[in-house]
Amino acid sequence: MNERPDNEGLEVTVVDPAAPGDAPEAPAEVRVSTFRLVATLAVAGALAGLLIVLVNLHTKPIIDEYRAEQLRLAVYEVLPGVANYRTLYRVDDVLVSEVPAGAKESDFRQAYVGYDEDGELVGAAVSRGESGFADVVLVIFGFEPDTGILLGKKVLESKETPGLGDKIFKDLDFVQQFFDRPQTPLKAVKEGTGKGLPGEIDAITGATISSKVVVSIINNGVADWRPLLQQADLEQPMQDDTRPEEAP
Amino acid sequence: MRNTTPTQDFVRGIWKENPVLIQMLGLCPALAVTNTVKNALAMSAATFFVLTCSSVLISSVKSLIPKEVRISSYILVIATFVTLADMMLQAYAPVQHKELGAFIALIVVNCMILGRQEAFSSRNTVYRSLLDAIGVGIGFTIALVMMGGFREILGVGTFFDIPLFGSNFEPWVVMVLPAGGFLTLGFIILAMGYVEQRKQARKAGEEATA
Repeated sequence: MNERPDNEGLEVTVVDPAAPGDAPEAPAEVRVSTFRLVATLAVAGALAGLLIVLVNLHTKPIIDEYRAEQLRLAVYEVLPGVANYRTLYRVDDVLVSEVPAGAKESDFRQAYVGYDEDGELVGAAVSRGESGFADVVLVIFGFEPDTGILLGKKVLESKETPGLGDKIFKDLDFVQQFFDRPQTPLKAVKEGTGKGLPGEIDAITGATISSKVVVSIINNGVADWRPLLQQADLEQPMQDDTRPEEAP
Repeated sequence: MRNTTPTQDFVRGIWKENPVLIQMLGLCPALAVTNTVKNALAMSAATFFVLTCSSVLISSVKSLIPKEVRISSYILVIATFVTLADMMLQAYAPVQHKELGAFIALIVVNCMILGRQEAFSSRNTVYRSLLDAIGVGIGFTIALVMMGGFREILGVGTFFDIPLFGSNFEPWVVMVLPAGGFLTLGFIILAMGYVEQRKQARKAGEEATA
């Protein structure tokens, strides 16, 4: 226990005089030219960059595919009863059904409009992030644009405290409340103090901030998207995607 | 000239000079991501990969690196392997990657890895550096899994996601929070120190009688 890690190197004869870590009492100054120093780092940097690019070429498609798949499953989860959906892109507060040419990913946001098997409009799913107790909480949720009734929500990203704040997606009782078709705007209330009004959500004891963030994300998100979606003509199901067979 | 055998190079890092429990290196991941056994294992695997690859590479090119830029070169090598590990974890173990988050990238500044390069790989053969890296990597894994095990059992009531206790178990939430990491590490080190002290006392007693 009391042994300190022995500095192996200091007792080992160094084979190469140019190797690092010469004992301090041997200032055999072999002046290395600045060029050599720069060249070493430049070559090493170039090789490192090359390696990273090669691996990235290989892993990027897998990562993107996984992300797209997660998002796809999430859309079906927050819009119960949806058989297929189409994606609408919001550019400069206008909804279009195709990405405008030359638009960067940061220029637009998506809404996923879901239809049931008969082609009837069920609702729209959008995602939104706001600062939670720790870092940004990203939530995707589905609602009916006409009535403002919430259909479901799913937390896509969160770093909330394990055991407390992470109950916003692990506590099934809490999650279920968002699937019971509450009327937006929602209101987070302390458990048991609700007056039975529509839109009341029992907050999680010990994770009030996290609970309120979820409610706030949904309220702001609905306020942000609902007018646009109400104006838009959503009635023609031009499906981009169909619910996978194995999906729950 | 060398005062260690290859076997010692290998064994040393596993227990006697365990990087986390004895040398107290690499504590950031050891405290931050050991709230479950799975996370501890994923973190260990990533660190093991980076450590082994860096040690092998650095010991094989050590004569090419001028000593003035050695630290920058080591960091460059380590950072490259960390980036690779990050991308591969994200592609093949996305759930674990999400859990570990920023801590994968922070392997770059794990002083245990840089320490092995400076203290060992930069002045030993590839073979010995490989043995050393594997030994230290195993030691790191043991320490992390040990902490992850304690914390998961006490804090969640599961081991490797398998529930151990009935539904009456009240999780000791603090154990999966950061504070639990410090507590666990403290108690493990305390226990190890106690055992070591007893051992030395016994040795001293034997020498006195002899």
